[in-house]
Amino acid sequence: MGRVNFGGVVKRVCLDYVPEVEVGDYTIVHVGFALSKIDQETAEKTLAIFREMGMLDEELAGEDEAFARAAAAPQSACPDGSCSAK
Amino acid sequence: MSENVAASEAEQLKTTPAGAGPDFSNWSCPLPLAGYPTIVMGHGGGGKLGNELVEHLFLAAFRNPELENLGDAAVLDLGGAKLAMSTDSFVVQPLFFPGGSIGELAVNGTVNDLAVSGAEPRFLSASFILEEGFPLAQLAAIVADMAKAAATAGVKIVTGDTKVVERGHGDGCYINTAGVGALRAGIEVGPERARAGDAILVSGTIGDHGMAIMSVREGLEFESQIRSDCAALNGLIAEVLAAAGTAVHTMRDPTRGGLASTLNEIAQSSGVGVEIDELSLPVRAEVQAACELLGLDPVYVANEGKAVFFVAPEAAEQVLEALRAHPLGRDAARIGRVTAEHKGMLVARTAMGANRVIPTQIGEQLPRIC
Amino acid sequence: MKYLTEFRNGEIAQRMAREIHAIATRPWKIMEVCGGQTHSIIKNGIDQMLPDGIEMIHGPGCPVCVTPLELIDKALAIAAAPGVIFCSFGDMLRVPGTEADLFQVKGAGGDVRVVYSPLDAVELAAKNPDKQVVFFGVGFETTAPANAMSVHVAKRRGLKNFSLLVSHVLVPPAIAAILESPGNMVQGFLLAGHVCSVMGYWEYPPLAAKYRVPLVVTGFEPLDLLDGIRRTVMQLEAGQHEVENAYERIVTLDGNQAAQKLLAEVFEVTDRAWRGIGVIPKSGWRLSAAYREFDAEERFHITGIHTEESPLCRAGDVLRGAIKPAECSAFGMECTPRHPLGATMVSSEGACAAYFNYGRFLSAEDLASAGSGLTGVAHV
Repeated sequence: MGRVNFGGVVKRVCLDYVPEVEVGDYTIVHVGFALSKIDQETAEKTLAIFREMGMLDEELAGEDEAFARAAAAPQSACPDGSCSAK
Repeated sequence: MSENVAASEAEQLKTTPAGAGPDFSNWSCPLPLAGYPTIVMGHGGGGKLGNELVEHLFLAAFRNPELENLGDAAVLDLGGAKLAMSTDSFVVQPLFFPGGSIGELAVNGTVNDLAVSGAEPRFLSASFILEEGFPLAQLAAIVADMAKAAATAGVKIVTGDTKVVERGHGDGCYINTAGVGALRAGIEVGPERARAGDAILVSGTIGDHGMAIMSVREGLEFESQIRSDCAALNGLIAEVLAAAGTAVHTMRDPTRGGLASTLNEIAQSSGVGVEIDELSLPVRAEVQAACELLGLDPVYVANEGKAVFFVAPEAAEQVLEALRAHPLGRDAARIGRVTAEHKGMLVARTAMGANRVIPTQIGEQLPRIC
Repeated sequence: MKYLTEFRNGEIAQRMAREIHAIATRPWKIMEVCGGQTHSIIKNGIDQMLPDGIEMIHGPGCPVCVTPLELIDKALAIAAAPGVIFCSFGDMLRVPGTEADLFQVKGAGGDVRVVYSPLDAVELAAKNPDKQVVFFGVGFETTAPANAMSVHVAKRRGLKNFSLLVSHVLVPPAIAAILESPGNMVQGFLLAGHVCSVMGYWEYPPLAAKYRVPLVVTGFEPLDLLDGIRRTVMQLEAGQHEVENAYERIVTLDGNQAAQKLLAEVFEVTDRAWRGIGVIPKSGWRLSAAYREFDAEERFHITGIHTEESPLCRAGDVLRGAIKPAECSAFGMECTPRHPLGATMVSSEGACAAYFNYGRFLSAEDLASAGSGLTGVAHV
């Protein structure tokens, strides 16, 4: 068992499945078990790629209208008819 | 023939005191699956289940205008003098937790209910239900906490009661407090008074109390620096009212059920829509992390030392200043606005830029594990 | 939190969504199998950020939801038995059995406890030698290592009062079953990232080749999901059907060897009935012969279970991706998290619960015509 820090919260976690993990490493934890070490170099590379994504497109700005429809609408009326709407 | 027999059985069930069933036909839920109606933990969770119990059982039986307002406190007219009265029971486990104890909660909880109703809290009663075998040293510590909290809040505990139940019939110590306060002249606040255009402010970080309890709850323990925010808010509220007066339309302290439940209740009472910005909600990093860990959303987690304010937009800056000038309001933030759209609903703008509806919780929050 | 919050950046998400708009020329149907991914998609509105033609179909990624009703009823019977401490994860408590749920069993006096980890249940067994402690072990391959470790530890410590009620299901057979089903519309899959962190993704190339579908290992945060979807769309547009790993920081081809070793020792493959779908051959795990003594079904030998599904519940159709939760006539009416008709409405990985809790009742068009003023331009 080891101690894993989740953003300031520390919990006892079983580390038997990640024998290669050392203090300072990051892991994925499920129901009290560390299952996989996070490869920090890969994580940084992935983030860098994500940050680059779509940067060039901003100048072209072709898809704005199709894109604008997205995401803005919550899909709901009153869940059980209990509100005073309508 | 069999129909008549069935009918008379049903009648008997209704009139027999031991088995007297309430009329469930107008509840939104069918009879619970078990086939007999019982109380479940969710009824105490501050969400829909609890609200249903209040509306369909208590309100139906006790019907009167003072109760029907369903504010945090009842406003009473004693032939001239106007009082606010409120009561709360405290059954928290464990009794002592990071940042507080049941004693502090018992005093501050009732003080806060009175304060958010626009009253100056003055006097409290304190009733104890103690379990046989409960250590006197613990009771003394709880009572000392209560005395200290009362002194800080400027209220007096003037009457009370003590009962003892047999070992095994009570969780150590339950406390009920009731309080009365003097309504401030000219101040009228209530959950039904929010108006389109109002600015919504919160006095500080959300989710601290609930996660502090979670951190010491058996089966879920984790180490953290999270402490309950348990505090009396009457001083803070006095500053806000001094700064903005009647521009303050609604105040509430979001306890069980969290900020989301409170905002939903106000949206429904006032018949307005409430919009908040997820990115503007003040949440301590550690509380956020603990919520991630347990699969909880901070907007649903209990607070015991925070207040939500609905104020006329032109007064919002003054209120924010008044809050931040007070030790309990350093992390105050403007979190949203009231709209005439989507009445009765709470909608949040997410970090993605999407809008999502945040419904009232059903009952007790359960840790979600993936 | 590090390596978590960065993958929730709204601005980058919107740019990634634009990329997908730029490359999609045709409609495509993509399924995510994992319930955790379904929740993240709905909560973050990822599906709403996609071009109209790209449809996310929600798969049977909820192990609680696919656990047969009979096993739920057995769990309730065990939990109600005297001298038993019944442990499970929190979201199990309100899953409806034929007559009741665990919450009600608890209310009636049953000793039902929520735990964070199966190891907590093992500790309870050690501390309460006079009680039988049962852990409800439901899950995909992600939670199986935890359950395997718990019985392994119980065996090592010689605990006679600990048992596991097993309901483990496997992802690859489920994907095959979906692809085999008549009328299947799914053209590509997002593979469950954390399942693959345990099992690797070496099982999938034969599936991709046989059914000619792209399979992309995908994470859970908004940026991970958008990247997984983007890669799937790219493959579909190019007529490719490869296995790709879009979750490289966590997932390797071979997966977690230590976990797979213990899993092979503690569990063996078996046929499993998936609630709402039917029996899928070799799609589950049960305890191996060496560990069979810890099987709660065998230890408690419950008989006389008469199951009855709600006639209104369409969880099976939801789990197969045939309908969206909001298309079920009982959704939000007879069936809510408050009084669920099926597990999909209460499980933390259930699609119906995701739709309900994140407020998905009407389509965007219906909402717009209701004049609520909520449709509009996404904030950039």
